[in-house]
Amino acid sequence: MPFLTDRKRANGMGSAKTGTAQFWGMTISSVALLVLVPGFIFTVGPMIGENHETVTDYFSRPFPALVALLTFIVGLVHFKNGVTVLIEDYVQGLACKIWIIVMTCVSYAAIATAIFAIARIAL
Amino acid sequence: MADAKQPNRPLSPHLTIYRPQMTSISSIFVRITGNALLVSTLLLIWWFLAASTSASAFASANYVITSWFGDAVMVLSLWALWYHTLGGLRHLIWDTGRGLELEAAERMGWVMIIGSLVLTAVTIFCF
Repeated sequence: MPFLTDRKRANGMGSAKTGTAQFWGMTISSVALLVLVPGFIFTVGPMIGENHETVTDYFSRPFPALVALLTFIVGLVHFKNGVTVLIEDYVQGLACKIWIIVMTCVSYAAIATAIFAIARIAL
Repeated sequence: MADAKQPNRPLSPHLTIYRPQMTSISSIFVRITGNALLVSTLLLIWWFLAASTSASAFASANYVITSWFGDAVMVLSLWALWYHTLGGLRHLIWDTGRGLELEAAERMGWVMIIGSLVLTAVTIFCF
C-alpha cells in the first residue's frame, strides 16, 4: 500500500466501482413486474375468499398459474435485490452481512415454496 | 487495499435536518411499501401451499386471510403494491432522463399518491 498514492488508487474507479449490474437487474425486473403485477392482482385477487375447489380449479388453468408463478419468482428476486440495498443503507458490519444472507435465503425459500405449491395445484 | 478508516472530511447532513418534502416522502414510501410487501407475499404463498395440500389446511389459511387481520393486511398490501408500482414507473421515467425537474417530480409524487388510492378503490370495487 505505501507504494500507491491515494490518487493512483482512486484513478479510473468511478465513485462506487460497482453497482450498475444491480441497477440493470432492478430495471429488468421492474419492467417485467409492471406487466405482471396488474395481471396478478386481477387473477389472484378474485380468488381470495373463494372455496377450496374453486381455487384449485382456477389455478389448474395455465394462464392464472403462470401469472402467479412468474409474479412470485420475479417479484421475490426483485425483493431480494431491493432489501439488500435497504440493509446496506441502514445496517453496518457483521449484522449487515447476516441480514443480507437471511433475507436472501428467505427470498429463495419463498420462491421454491411458491413453485412447489402452484405446480402441485396445476399438475 | 484502501483504508477502511472514517474519512476526515465534512459529511452531508442527514434526514433529521431536512424539512419533509414531497419528493423525499414519496420516495421513502416506495422503499417502505416495497419491503413491507414481504408480509402479504409470504401470507399468499402459505395460502397457495395450503390449497395444494388439503381441504383442512386450506380452511385454516383461508380463515386467516379472510379474518379482519387478513383483510387489513390484504387491503394495505393492495395499496402498497399499486403505490410501489407507480413509484417504480416514476423511477423508469427518471432513468430515461425525463421528469427530473422539481415541478415534474412533485407532480408525479401526487400522481403516485392519488393514483394508488384510486387504483386500490377500483380494485376493491371490481371484486
